[in-house]
Amino acid sequence: MAIDFQERRGQVPAMLSVALEAQNGPQASARRIGALVRRHWYLLRSSGPRALEMIFWPLVQMLTWGFLQVHLAKTTSLAATAAGLFVGGVLLWDILARSQLGFAMAFLEEVWARNLGHLMMSPLRPMELIASLIVVSLIKLSVAMVPVATIAYLMFDYNLFSLGLPLAAFFANLVLTSWSFGLVSTGAVLRYGLGAENIAWLMAFLMMPLACVYYPVTTLPWWLQPFAWALPPTHVFEGLRALVLHGEFRADLMLSALALNALYFALGLALFRYLIDSARRAGTLVQMGE
Amino acid sequence: MQDQPDAYHRAVPPVAVRDLRKVYESVVAVDGVTFSLAPGVVTALLGGNGAGKTTTISMLMGLVIPTSGEARVFGADMATERHKVLHRMNFESPYADIPRRLSVRQNLEVFARLYGVRAFRERIAELARELKLDDLLDRPYGTLSAGQRTRVSLAKALLNAPELLLLDEPTASLDPDTADWVRTKLEDFRRARGATVLLASHNMAEVERLADRVIMLEKGRIVADETPEALISRFGRRNLEEVFLDIARNTQPDLMSVRAAHDGD
Repeated sequence: MAIDFQERRGQVPAMLSVALEAQNGPQASARRIGALVRRHWYLLRSSGPRALEMIFWPLVQMLTWGFLQVHLAKTTSLAATAAGLFVGGVLLWDILARSQLGFAMAFLEEVWARNLGHLMMSPLRPMELIASLIVVSLIKLSVAMVPVATIAYLMFDYNLFSLGLPLAAFFANLVLTSWSFGLVSTGAVLRYGLGAENIAWLMAFLMMPLACVYYPVTTLPWWLQPFAWALPPTHVFEGLRALVLHGEFRADLMLSALALNALYFALGLALFRYLIDSARRAGTLVQMGE
Repeated sequence: MQDQPDAYHRAVPPVAVRDLRKVYESVVAVDGVTFSLAPGVVTALLGGNGAGKTTTISMLMGLVIPTSGEARVFGADMATERHKVLHRMNFESPYADIPRRLSVRQNLEVFARLYGVRAFRERIAELARELKLDDLLDRPYGTLSAGQRTRVSLAKALLNAPELLLLDEPTASLDPDTADWVRTKLEDFRRARGATVLLASHNMAEVERLADRVIMLEKGRIVADETPEALISRFGRRNLEEVFLDIARNTQPDLMSVRAAHDGD
């Protein structure tokens, strides 16, 4: 005989309810993305040292390469011609590295705070989580790069914005790459837990030798060059050298970088979705942060 | 106000679990569990460590995909369509934390926006009054005591006035006075909202006080499913704690046959 558990306490009373916004559609998505971005903005605002740390490493890199360039400019004619190549390289590299770290760290903040369960259990969709990480990465990138670019201008008379419109193409390609790599590293943490955290820290830096930030691709052994060309940032840094050394904007390089980025971003999204489903099958979302 | 559920939604049980099974590699965590929860009923999910409580609740939240069977909440399969219903439910667990650097108000605002609570400032103020959080709203969550944090977690769980509330050890690590206070608030909410509550707890006194129904799990299977009073009476014990010990220590060896006999009454 079935038991009527409702009878035990008598009639269910009239329901208290709270009015909720619509849960579907672009407005609902924008609201949820905004909520998570707001959470990271609060976090950033609450910690001065955290903001300083974001500026610190790009600044150290920029100063090191800036002074090296000043030294070389006094001793070699090539470096004098290529004025700004190192500082430009380091600034563009930091756009990639800071954006990827900003994306991955925003996600890791949730894992460290053991907040991921709350987020995954909330109406936030996985694609909205990704969108919010992208917005947060852009905010963190601005916090890190605007002061560093300003200091580069003041100390080395290097104006990043003098690159003009090509800078927009460089920037777009580099941040697209950073998001693809961010997707892979966050997916790995979702699936394999904090043991995969180092992937987030190291991913951009592992790519650096092949991305040919400070030297042309032809410097690499012939057998490594195809791997270098398979990375979108390599096309960007070759484009930077073409612009600085020869005054030529290589649209072909930007288009090939964009095509590669589209491919990697699509693969990154697919991998993220696969890893999140895999994490739900393996039960690792529940243990996240422990 | 939120739309009242239509006739169809009223006809669909808040929770319907059928032949639910979860296997982690070679470990069977949940083994063919079937139950459904009627609206407004507080159900306790009991069992020793490793009995399958957390895995069952995780599958109900859609955080874990079942190996076979299905877990439906308000008719939605939580493995594939959980986003249809997540705004109608919420959960509280001491094992999921709230960001510590943010103030209580900031945290509640973020969650209110995620759930799409209209007039969320008023809702937060209302909850702050009810849960005695007024003086804590602008303090960082990380600076609060365990009892204060539990009140904040409870406020987060009640922000959207969920129709289904999942509670995993809601009073773990609280002193008896605070735990009693939290239980009273849960009772108040259930009464006011008519919410369905699924509660996992090791505190048998809490279960006796809050639950209308007890589902006991042992090695991933349901070994008992009835009211606390009926369960205590059937086992011939004085309280649920003694029943729990009987089951945990297997001093009632043929629990499934006891249940089958009961079902056949």
